[in-house]
Amino acid sequence: MDQTTEQGNLLRNCVLFGRLLRALGVEITPTQILDLVESLKYIEIGNRQDFKNSARTVLISRQEHLALFDEAFDLFWQARAANELTDLDLGKLLRKRRKPQTQQVVYRAQQPQDADSEQDPEPKIERIYTYSNQELLRQKDFAQLDAHELSAVKRMMLKTVWNLEPRRTRRTVRAARGRQIDLRHTMRQNLRHGGEFLRLARRERKFKRRPIVVICDISGSMERYSRVLLQFIYVVTSRLDRVESFVFGTRLTRITRQLRTRNIDQALRDASATIVDWAGGTRIGESIRTFNYEWARRVLNQGAVVLIISDGWDRGDVDLLAREMDRLHRSCHQLIWLNPLLGDADYQPLVRGIQAAMPYIDDFLPVHNLASLEQLAALLAAQS
Amino acid sequence: MIDIAQLKTIDQVQTLLASCHYVCDRSLATTIFLALKLQRPLFLEGEAGVGKTEIAKVLALLLSRPLIRLQCYEGLDVNTAVYEWNYTQQMLQIRLLEAAGDVQIETARRELFSPQFLLKRPLLQALESVDGLAPVLLIDELDRADEEFEAFLLEVLSDFQITVPELGTIKATTPPIAIITSNRTREIHDALKRRCLYHWIDYPSFEKEYGIVLIKAPEAPEKLARQVVTFVQELRREDLYKLPGVAETLDWITALVALDQETLTEEIVNDTLGALLKYRDDIQQVQRSSMRPILERVQVMV
Repeated sequence: MDQTTEQGNLLRNCVLFGRLLRALGVEITPTQILDLVESLKYIEIGNRQDFKNSARTVLISRQEHLALFDEAFDLFWQARAANELTDLDLGKLLRKRRKPQTQQVVYRAQQPQDADSEQDPEPKIERIYTYSNQELLRQKDFAQLDAHELSAVKRMMLKTVWNLEPRRTRRTVRAARGRQIDLRHTMRQNLRHGGEFLRLARRERKFKRRPIVVICDISGSMERYSRVLLQFIYVVTSRLDRVESFVFGTRLTRITRQLRTRNIDQALRDASATIVDWAGGTRIGESIRTFNYEWARRVLNQGAVVLIISDGWDRGDVDLLAREMDRLHRSCHQLIWLNPLLGDADYQPLVRGIQAAMPYIDDFLPVHNLASLEQLAALLAAQS
Repeated sequence: MIDIAQLKTIDQVQTLLASCHYVCDRSLATTIFLALKLQRPLFLEGEAGVGKTEIAKVLALLLSRPLIRLQCYEGLDVNTAVYEWNYTQQMLQIRLLEAAGDVQIETARRELFSPQFLLKRPLLQALESVDGLAPVLLIDELDRADEEFEAFLLEVLSDFQITVPELGTIKATTPPIAIITSNRTREIHDALKRRCLYHWIDYPSFEKEYGIVLIKAPEAPEKLARQVVTFVQELRREDLYKLPGVAETLDWITALVALDQETLTEEIVNDTLGALLKYRDDIQQVQRSSMRPILERVQVMV
């Protein structure tokens, strides 16, 4: 094989490998592919380990993609060895690594295909909600909504304004009145007075919205609420920047990325597919602990507000929950517990989980209907 | 002094780093080699205390270049990172001009905003080469800075040029060897990372860590060194809030040597655990449950 075809092959293989990684969800730019080709000039291509290291350092820029990269590289190398590259079938390669997602299938089967088929025997006429209807709907418990009301509530949810009051940052901006003097601007302005300092330009600390972290319980006891609440999390995550969202049953799953999609149905579908423990048991303590250990240092910077949505039914270790709530409370600006059961006037927070967590919560609020969500929005706007 | 053009193989890089007491594995050596060859910034991520900052220092030493360090923090702005005008000097100059006669606004402006009154901060300094050699630029703990600074850095790192409105654009003749570190307390934007070569530095293996201890703490008795490294390696398997890094291992062994210890005992571990673990919960957990079994294992293994 002469040199040009060999190089052509190499380039083709790099592009193919880039495609494989993209198919696995790693974002890769054409520049990165060119960099990879460029870097091959400097290393011995025959050395597989060096080639792998080079490809990794050029193409991967996230720690969580490292394992994926190793897997993809091995797959690719096998295909190359078996001379399958010419008709490399990405779909086939991908199927090789896909694990059975039984739980998810189980969850899908539990969901009524068309939610109104069992709850709403009335003919399917799109109802138009008048003002008073809307008012009723605002107060109605999420758990008692029928399918039509549910979609109406979803639409109304989009209208809630999340105008959160910001935190003062360490960064400054020019201001008419401020504590600091903007020397640079002062100097420039006063040159026209022949260098006499007649007016002082000033700077003021900049304000920025606090990050929000939502941690939502989707275990069995929360089932009636979890779909609506997921919707609520979507609205918050997609509308505001700097929102991180997590869900948990027996373990914690991060769904921020899935919910960033513009299309709401797509986002909710993606998020549901990620979650493996729908409607199972609850281990609040363990989940909060996972959050503290793996995520807190990464997402709780700059005075974050944490919203925990749960009814507090916990089958795990209560002491652990208390300990981890304490830690969480110390590492965020404000810790708010939202409980759908609190909507019931007779409700007493007697559940063990809630009692253990109580001392570390800044606010304990209901989250059972639209009105309560609006109340939450108002609280966040006024307090932080 | 080593010329980058003379570097031909990854092995060479590895040996050179070792000669400066920096132990690194082949994948990190590959990344450094490529960063030097492709003139790309190096983005190092990893837990605290695994030797990210050290790489910049060693590279500066190896290549005999000045090291320019920019420590990031929240609120870091252009005035502290790039440049600032020397206001006191400017004011003084205005008074001098006045004393000399009438002030012409246009000339005064030109004169006051000339390079003479410019205070160069790290990023601007890094664009200047001395004797044709670009410096090593260390941007340390980028995750501590806020997003605004990250966006600014993106611009600097892609073209290695900075615009000062009063002066015009300043461009580096040779790009500096840029090294960015992050402890991952927040996610750095992908756009920035994609412009760099990325490497995740993990906690070292036993052999590597033992090698580091031998080089960095040569005064430690060999048996103690083995015990300490085994202990720390075992400790990293525990479920702790903050695992000890290599820096902590070195602190600990230095402390033990200072206390004239020849071997690890339960008592001395108890007293010096604070050199390894920095959270009260972690210390309590280790003292209560895992210390004794780990020590037993250490005694069997070493």
